[in-house]
Amino acid sequence: MGTLLDVRSLTTHFVTSAGVVRAVDGVTWDVNAGETVALVGESGCGKSVSALSIMRLVQGPAGRIVDGTMVFKGRDLLKLSEEEMRRVRGREIAMIFQEPMTSLNPVLTIGRQLTEGLEIHLGMTAAAARTRAAELLAMVGIPDPARRLAQYPHQFSGGMRQRMMIAMALACDPGLILADEPTTALDVTIQAQILELMKDLSRRLGVAMLIITHNLGVVARYADRVNVMYAGRIIERGTARDIYTNPRHPYTLGLLASVPRLDEPRRERLAPIEGQPPDLMRLPPGCAFAPRCGYRVERCLVEVPPLSSIGDGGHVAACWEADRVGGRGRRASAESPATPGAGGSRIIRT
Amino acid sequence: MNAETAPLLEVRNVVKHFTVGGGMFGGPRGIVRAVDGVSFALHRGETLGLVGESGCGKTTTGRCILQLERATSGSVMFEGRDLTTLDETELRPVRRKIQVIFQDPYSSLNPRMTVGQIIGEPLGVHGLVPDAGRRRARVRDLLSRVGLLPQHAHRYPHEMSGGQRQRVGIARALAMEPSLIICDEPVSALDVSIQAQIINLLEDLQAEYRLTYLFIAHDLAVVRHISDRVAVMYLGKIVELADRKALYDDPLHPYTKALLAAVPIPDPELEARRERVVLGGEVPSPLNPPSGCVFHPRCPIAIDRCRSVIPDLREIRPGHWAACLLA
Repeated sequence: MGTLLDVRSLTTHFVTSAGVVRAVDGVTWDVNAGETVALVGESGCGKSVSALSIMRLVQGPAGRIVDGTMVFKGRDLLKLSEEEMRRVRGREIAMIFQEPMTSLNPVLTIGRQLTEGLEIHLGMTAAAARTRAAELLAMVGIPDPARRLAQYPHQFSGGMRQRMMIAMALACDPGLILADEPTTALDVTIQAQILELMKDLSRRLGVAMLIITHNLGVVARYADRVNVMYAGRIIERGTARDIYTNPRHPYTLGLLASVPRLDEPRRERLAPIEGQPPDLMRLPPGCAFAPRCGYRVERCLVEVPPLSSIGDGGHVAACWEADRVGGRGRRASAESPATPGAGGSRIIRT
Repeated sequence: MNAETAPLLEVRNVVKHFTVGGGMFGGPRGIVRAVDGVSFALHRGETLGLVGESGCGKTTTGRCILQLERATSGSVMFEGRDLTTLDETELRPVRRKIQVIFQDPYSSLNPRMTVGQIIGEPLGVHGLVPDAGRRRARVRDLLSRVGLLPQHAHRYPHEMSGGQRQRVGIARALAMEPSLIICDEPVSALDVSIQAQIINLLEDLQAEYRLTYLFIAHDLAVVRHISDRVAVMYLGKIVELADRKALYDDPLHPYTKALLAAVPIPDPELEARRERVVLGGEVPSPLNPPSGCVFHPRCPIAIDRCRSVIPDLREIRPGHWAACLLA
């Protein structure tokens, strides 16, 4: 399968009175046709801004894509006119957001919100769009679609609204769907329903998906490849198997170790990552994770590590000490052999 | 029963109904059965986890214990007194003994007060440390106990990160020398790397001060980590209550089983092998709960009788309670 979206050196900055926020700081990743790729990281790591950059929806004038290319089906999205970009949004690349209630129009019926895109992008007649809208609702498992089309978003439950968002995203048969925390606002039993639905539809329709999430558990089952982000950069990438069973960046390792897991015996004590993520306006000169890292050596403080290959597959990690990290069985520990400064201390560095 | 073995808190058949509609804007009158007959006991030094999905009544149960909501019926026995019979003046000293830690530390800290004032003011109000100088020393001491620095006393909440704010919320609760702390989703707004810091802190403080926690959360893995016993709520009722190990290793209620099966596990190989039992349907409205067992419309093993018979919470094995006819 060929590359559908190829993002290179994407750099998105926000210029504020206090300084420049390097929200996305030169990231390179791609999505193949029909593939599900995950962008994983904690708040402020740049995962949502990455998605907004793809859609060219970064809020100006503060926010600006300052560098990079984003080639989608052979065209660089950054070179398109606003008019051309409008035809890409919703038609070729669709988006699903975390909070469906705020991304649906409360004063329009479900039917109208579905048919609008069909009429504008595909030039369908009102009647044809209506028939297609009912089919879409049925496809995402909303019972009694004819009646549901006449209802308003507030008459739908959270899970039903997210199904409706998926129907809207699929409406124009896009090649790629960007799903930004699609299940974070949902209860765990509903979350499972929505994820299964998304996986099933992406397989059946051959649509590629970029899932953005902070929850490592969510993507283990659904992503083919995973990109882990920290402080605006990708620090590790690999197949889901690489990332979960052989993490080689101390941050990935730390994230995996810090969550309690139901499939493992209960541990007496959790292993948090000490400290806080860095201020994106004052990134340290070397590796952004170095101040919290137990594997830190001198070099980490002065030189930013590039993404380098681990083995021969596509597994890469941005760590000078990747050879020392992980590789200790399925569940590695975040504790390091030598722990300079980190670990044990309860004092928060500010 | 002597003072050592008597429970610190005993919630007996607490019911909280809210009336909706029928007001100025009309609409049909209805009764939301937010909490519908909940009973449990909490012993000194233990942590009881209260889990369930949104709208199951776990937060309202906490508010009924705090007397922030007055229960429609039932009683809340705390240190030998029924809190539901006390008036506001009588409740004041009790409120010091039962503290809360909220989900969102930003909205529960006064943005115009410094951290020092936030922690120090109640010390004066409740007369615990009347002298201003000694109060400042006590605030510094509390800050260091929750992993903050003395100079944080001069900061405002907006100058701190989410994890630091939650530490301030914990210090404020701790300042009151409480015997019970109700933790209502204390880590769910935090990033995972910070969640573990806060959970470890709560455990350290519990060991140090012999605190008792009611830990309300929706994250089943976090609840397993921190709790001694766990109660699972669904639509205003406790459907299962057991020791941590029994509940997670051998759940009896089909809802508990479905919840546990729905939790994603960060391991692709395990996930691929795992059988996916996706619970169909959604939680019904507490305005119009189903007849019989409230879980029966979504239950994979329901039989005819489940539609009409309300199952009692029964002790199926010693200490392991479940509200299911088939358990």
